[in-house]
Amino acid sequence: MGFVEPKNSLVDLWLNRAESLTEHGWSEQHRLNAQARLQSMGLPNRRDEYWKYTRPDRLIESTVPSAVTLSSEDQSLFSNFEQIKIVFIDGVFSPEMSDNLEGQDVSIELLSQTKAKDGHWASDMYGQLEATGQSPVARPLATLNTALAEEGVLVHAKGATLKPVHLVYLRQNESSDVMLHHVVKVDSGASLSLLESGPAGARSNFVLETDIGAAGSFRHVRIQGRDHQRLAATHHFARLHQESIFKSFTLTANGALTRNECVIELLGDDGIAHVAGACVGDGDFVHDDTVFVTHDAVGCESRQVFKKVLRNGATGVFQGKILVKQDAQKTDGYQISQSLLLDEDSQFLAKPELEIYADDVACSHGSTSGAVDEDALFYLRSRGVPKAMATDMLTLSFLAEAVNEIDDDQLIECVVEWLEGWLARRRT
Amino acid sequence: MLEIKNLHVSLEEEDKQILKGVDLRVEAGKVHAIMGPNGSGKSTLSYVLSGKAGYQVTGGSATLLGQEILDLEPEERAAAGLFLAFQYPVEIPGVGNMTFLRTALNAQRKMRGEEEMSAADFLRIVREKAKSLKIDADMLKRPVNVGFSGGEKKRNEILQMALLEPKMCILDETDSGLDVDAMKLVSRGVNALRDDTRGFLVITHYQRLLDHIKPDVVHIMADGRIVKTGGPELALEVETNGYSDILAEVA
Ligand SMILES: Nc1ncnc2c1ncn2[C@@H]1O[C@H](COP(=O)(O)OP(=O)(O)O)[C@@H](O)[C@H]1O
Ligand SMILES: [Mg+2]
Repeated sequence: MGFVEPKNSLVDLWLNRAESLTEHGWSEQHRLNAQARLQSMGLPNRRDEYWKYTRPDRLIESTVPSAVTLSSEDQSLFSNFEQIKIVFIDGVFSPEMSDNLEGQDVSIELLSQTKAKDGHWASDMYGQLEATGQSPVARPLATLNTALAEEGVLVHAKGATLKPVHLVYLRQNESSDVMLHHVVKVDSGASLSLLESGPAGARSNFVLETDIGAAGSFRHVRIQGRDHQRLAATHHFARLHQESIFKSFTLTANGALTRNECVIELLGDDGIAHVAGACVGDGDFVHDDTVFVTHDAVGCESRQVFKKVLRNGATGVFQGKILVKQDAQKTDGYQISQSLLLDEDSQFLAKPELEIYADDVACSHGSTSGAVDEDALFYLRSRGVPKAMATDMLTLSFLAEAVNEIDDDQLIECVVEWLEGWLARRRT
Repeated sequence: MLEIKNLHVSLEEEDKQILKGVDLRVEAGKVHAIMGPNGSGKSTLSYVLSGKAGYQVTGGSATLLGQEILDLEPEERAAAGLFLAFQYPVEIPGVGNMTFLRTALNAQRKMRGEEEMSAADFLRIVREKAKSLKIDADMLKRPVNVGFSGGEKKRNEILQMALLEPKMCILDETDSGLDVDAMKLVSRGVNALRDDTRGFLVITHYQRLLDHIKPDVVHIMADGRIVKTGGPELALEVETNGYSDILAEVA
């Protein structure tokens, strides 16, 4: 429906929601700017170059189709870890279920609770990385989020933080339309781990802006699951400075439509950015990873590792780009995207891109799509492993390269166990 | 133990017959060897017996301990006691060798209605068997066959065989790619499993493996059939004269 209407009317419909909003203090100007930017760029449509494979309609329609909520075990995900837990139910902060945000070794505030204040460190970031990330490729859903999001966390790590911050997204409402905007600042030499888990909303639009100071490190593990009909668009904008480290991994299971965009800028020499994803989809499932890594400094390393397991007509999309600017010598860029198609109805659409203006760089990319390796399957079965179990073993082994990008064995174990559960529920 | 009668096999994809009436009977406690020129159908026979896809049985039968096996799934044949040591063992990245061995062993036990082996027992037994094949802890930890040398892969096949304790062992060119020391290790592993209850079918090109694993019966396969059967001396004849005399004689 979005594409037959003049595109601004849908934008207006969305932005009308903002009109009733009062005082936003330090973020008000950023919101107004975002509204103006959105007016001029319009919402995504099928003719946009980066929306060719994934139809944006369901993400931008003004009404949300309801999605059945699964009462699942996912609430206990990562529960074995010491953590600072922050719980949102249908996008609304739950103080009862969350840990005390005071007195932690990292500063954590809620966007909604700082909005009346004038001046805030997050003012230098909120909507700023998002705005920068609009060029050269427009990402209107993120701009929409900047304009409208009423909640999110503002996290400031000033030193080494021991416990990970865990954002838990629960759902109760069948048709919740959730928007959260998080801002994370890791100071020079500081470190932070961020975990995210849960299905969030019938539809969710999340933005995460992360700035990592010189020699700072940021680790991020996200599990999007397990409700079936939900829709999600996420944008992660990250800015790295000298010698900083960024490692992000996302696991997605189920969901009718998920678009995860990751936009990384390496601005300081010798930075390291790894972004990885594993997804498993069965049936009514479209999963899109759209990644843009810009090397704008010397001697940086970037890795993109994405693996998709698709069955019963599921669709996987990967659009990944490495842009190496002229002065970004000694760049080491790597990108791999692979799909395992468990039947002939499923499909994988990949668009790997390299754009290189420096001459002393090592960049490689590859993309493959294939079925379960018949020889490996036969080998396992000939040793007595039943077909379904052997297929699961090979599926896990296919995903392993992406999962192993997480640099914490305990977290890897946690993710693998979760995947085993997903596979086991589908064993015939 | 294993009884193959008039087995005819063609390829599923194309109209090509590969096995043209194989008759073979391996008794418990015996070692049979199959020799024959390249392309005569030896590997095909081993694959068809263990249930690999892509082949069509167009006639004949094969029974293991009296049970018809050609209709069974590969894993059911394994649980029934059949084992194939592959000519080309498959690399499986991302699956640890130890996990693989334990999953296979317990899956077979489960199918046979036996109890799973405890982690402690498993560990003890694997370590003991691995040691006699000079398979170190690192090889057990690594993904199945990934980065293994040719010899290491073959030793890993024998380790699986030793652990799974099958009734009927088929070895397809286990000697290829082995140096003398590895050949001795592998042969020792095979000989350790020889007893009155177990049958062996050893496919090889060379007499030298049969110096270590002494066969009771030797068959010559050519163009999809067993064309000659004899005692160990038949292998020596092949070693000195090649196949041409034998093939001319039966033509
Ligand atoms: N999957 C297959 N596709 C095509 N040809 C095959 C296949 N398997 C076997 N063959 C053919 O069948 C014949 C026998 O092969 P094989 O059983 O490997 O012989 P051997 O092990 O005795 O060398 C050869 O001509 C080979 O090319
Ligand atoms: Mg062969």
